[in-house]
Amino acid sequence: MTVGETNWRKWFRIFPLIISVFLAQHEVRAQGQEIRIAAAADLKFAMNELAEKFEKQSGTKVNVTYGSSGNFFSQMQNGAPFDLFFSADIEYPRRLEAMGLAEPGTLYEYAVGRIAIWTPADSKVDVTKQGWKTLLDASVEKLAIANPEHAPYGRAAIAALQNAGIYESVKSKLVYGENISQAAQFVQSGNAQAGIVAMSLAVSPAMHDGNRWEIPAEMHAAIEQGAIVLKDAKNKEAARAFLEFVKNSTGRAILTKYGFAFPEKTRKEEKR
Amino acid sequence: MEALWLSMKLAACVAAILLAIGMPVAYWLAYSNWRGKFLLESLVALPLVLPPTVLGFYALVAMGPRGPLGKLWIALFGHGLAFTFSGLILASVLYSFPFAVQPLVASFEGVDRRLLDASAVLGAGSSRTFCRVILPLSLPGVVTAAVLSFAHTLGEFGVVLMVGGNLAGVTRTVSIDIYDRVQSLEYGEANRMALVLLTISFSVLCVVYAVNRRVWTPWPAK
Repeated sequence: MTVGETNWRKWFRIFPLIISVFLAQHEVRAQGQEIRIAAAADLKFAMNELAEKFEKQSGTKVNVTYGSSGNFFSQMQNGAPFDLFFSADIEYPRRLEAMGLAEPGTLYEYAVGRIAIWTPADSKVDVTKQGWKTLLDASVEKLAIANPEHAPYGRAAIAALQNAGIYESVKSKLVYGENISQAAQFVQSGNAQAGIVAMSLAVSPAMHDGNRWEIPAEMHAAIEQGAIVLKDAKNKEAARAFLEFVKNSTGRAILTKYGFAFPEKTRKEEKR
Repeated sequence: MEALWLSMKLAACVAAILLAIGMPVAYWLAYSNWRGKFLLESLVALPLVLPPTVLGFYALVAMGPRGPLGKLWIALFGHGLAFTFSGLILASVLYSFPFAVQPLVASFEGVDRRLLDASAVLGAGSSRTFCRVILPLSLPGVVTAAVLSFAHTLGEFGVVLMVGGNLAGVTRTVSIDIYDRVQSLEYGEANRMALVLLTISFSVLCVVYAVNRRVWTPWPAK
């Protein structure tokens, strides 16, 4: 076993060297222009396109992490290394600002989220014609929504069901995804027969083969989505530049394409 | 508390099922002379190295109405497997399989072969030898297998998150409940549940190690 032992010792000597090489590389990358964005799951497809266009235009590399807004909020309170936060619920960035963890004055309501009932292509009910009645159909055994306890899209789905007067009838069919993306995945995999998902996901290429019916905006409280630059951002200038890019016409065109609407007040801000 | 109770129920069911399935598998793994045995050994150990996302993803697809398992289940019971307690049991049995089988194999292999030969010479069949010789001598291994599969299922998160659908009283296990509370920023409540789980897990592991060290027998191990 002596051969094995010396081999191991050798490895132990080389190990710190290898690690330092990796770290050095990491340092170099961090020094180059790069921003790290934490984005809500509903932005998945829109943000990919925004990041790509911005990279081409500015040469700044954009790293996006997708997840649930509440989870990001918890992580940021504990020093998660992000430059920019795109939340599905403006409440989270608002609280970060109040806690002094964000750059003052950078809070921006970038969009208002819309929701839609989505069914797979092989569904027995035509959701585009039936609308709400789809959910009452016997063939719909499970209805997937995002968890209303912490996902804004889940809260909107519940509110819309209540306003449509069918919440009590479909309550037993509900299953909860951890975020809106998982709710969509439950329907796509066929385990749920319908879902109330973000419009931004319903119009995406991944879900294009199914059918959707847009839930009227007045059926639920507006899903106000907010972005903010974080206090500990390594690259504040680039982060601000990205936020500006989202505010301008190219950025807004991309968001519109993916089913996002805009709040009244940002239009006023634009004139300012 | 409902979530904790549900997790306990799930863990108990899974541990019981795993003992029942695990014993014959472990027996075969311990005593078979087949050259291809390593294939089954690798298969059994797979959940140890696979991330829960892989297992969860496959489980979700397999349980769906287009998947083989989902088709079978719908034909038998008229409803899908995902988002049900049975679905969770099935996924957890797969996920905790090595935690039951590996201690069993180790303890079966540790039984002195001469005792087995003696038993055979005295006219006992293999099932009689198993019940009267192997099983009593492997008791610490059986306890370890049961307790580890129980504890591992209790702490399961990723797979349940992917196939559970977070239904209160059906699939919202304690680990999911803690996650939800952290997400909803109810840190106090999350902390309370986490502490309970930590205490249970620690006690359960104490049992395993105490049994293996023979703390409770009049003849302590060296």
